[in-house]
Amino acid sequence: MTGQAGNRMTDFGIEMQLFLDAIYLKYHYDFRAYAQSSLKRRLTAAMSRFGCATLSQLQDRALHDPSVFPSLLDYLTVQVSEMFRDPSYFKSLRDNVIPTLRTYPSLKVWVAGCSTGEEIYSLAILLREEDLLSRTIIYATDINSEALMKAESGVYDLDRIAGFSDNYLRSGARHSLSDYYTAAYGRAVFDKRLTKNVVFSDHSLATDSVFAEVHLISCRNVLIYFNAELQDRALTLFGDALCHKGFLGLGSKESLRFSSQADRFADFDRPHRIFRKQEAT
Amino acid sequence: MRAAIDSPLQAGDVEKFGAIRSRIDAIVIGASAGGVDALDVLLPALPRSLRPAVFVVLHLLSERPSLLVEIFAPRCALPLREADDKEPVVPGTVYFAPPDYHLLVDVGPRLSLSSDDRVNFSRPSIDVLFESAADLYKERLLGIVLTGGSDDGAMGLRAIQRAGGVTLVQHPDDAQVPHMVKAALAHVTPDFVLSLSQIAALLKSLDESNAAHGKGH
Repeated sequence: MTGQAGNRMTDFGIEMQLFLDAIYLKYHYDFRAYAQSSLKRRLTAAMSRFGCATLSQLQDRALHDPSVFPSLLDYLTVQVSEMFRDPSYFKSLRDNVIPTLRTYPSLKVWVAGCSTGEEIYSLAILLREEDLLSRTIIYATDINSEALMKAESGVYDLDRIAGFSDNYLRSGARHSLSDYYTAAYGRAVFDKRLTKNVVFSDHSLATDSVFAEVHLISCRNVLIYFNAELQDRALTLFGDALCHKGFLGLGSKESLRFSSQADRFADFDRPHRIFRKQEAT
Repeated sequence: MRAAIDSPLQAGDVEKFGAIRSRIDAIVIGASAGGVDALDVLLPALPRSLRPAVFVVLHLLSERPSLLVEIFAPRCALPLREADDKEPVVPGTVYFAPPDYHLLVDVGPRLSLSSDDRVNFSRPSIDVLFESAADLYKERLLGIVLTGGSDDGAMGLRAIQRAGGVTLVQHPDDAQVPHMVKAALAHVTPDFVLSLSQIAALLKSLDESNAAHGKGH
């Protein structure tokens, strides 16, 4: 053992706990059960963005200057995603999940942690091409209301579109992505008809509860930011929200194996991390 | 210089490593260009009875599925896995960062993944792995920077050194692409600067069955 103490908290560890408590008490955003290692990186990035030498200084700013909070929230939450990220996931939805969804007279889909909306448009395009969009309600939820506004606007930088389009083509596309947006002034604006039945709403997997029964939940690369306990909470919500034999899609490296909720779900398409709700045994 | 790096381990290095090897609980390895060949020397050298867990970041093209497990498994005594999020760390297992995710180690210890921005133009980034592992394992960590054309790994190796861990850099004359090890050497004076074959010899000495008898080869 060197001079460093074994289990004693580091100064940063103490500051981090105090900071997260402060944010929760003041703004009711609960990051206390986020995965520590990636949260620490994000907080360190936020400190340098706001010119704070310590997290205590950043806490002082966050408490006494509420105008700082929205951009701070971006540091803590926003994931940059792509449309049709992991094209084979969308291909599997199209080939393997849609045939079952088609049997329902009306559909409800929940995209949990939708951030700036890339996944919403991907799913809406897929559902439209399968003639299901008009009888589907999509719940698009996130804790960051500015990200939700961006999602609702459906405007993306044109230089990201080539990548989106490439993914789309590999996802089993039936058209060209350009059929769904209008390009102008360096931006692509997606067709408003895609989001006619999308309900954009503020919802926290850490503090809120189930709001509807749904047939499909897509929550990709969101749970990786949670610690094991918060993952269990979110998966409990998903299990409660899904209808009998409803589908759950996770990110390509997210697993249920390490969760207390594992036995509520059965593998449906293991490589693409698509699961199906099953009755508890 | 070439002769020096092809030579067997110096007695001084063997002794220095012998004094610290029992405290090592985890090994982190970072490699970029030339990394597959380098890992093909190191991973097969890891003894079956290895106690530390091993975490590897190798920069790859992000869009293709990683074949690292398939490539190395037939030649390795240890179980190899591509990391899943929240996977509990099992001693004596080699974990690869998946393409397009950062790999971190979190309390537990458990693996943790993130899709956050690229660091040093890379995701996975070596610095991200090294810094999180330094936080968790402190002086019980061995960090190894290998061949590559990036600056990734230098800051992470410095974090390991500051946390009291053991630092090792591949000798620049032995690296297929020396840029990354030179960048590391510019920021850290590591405990060891060795050729691949010398590193392999050190790793072999982490054999638990030897340690149990209290002596090396």
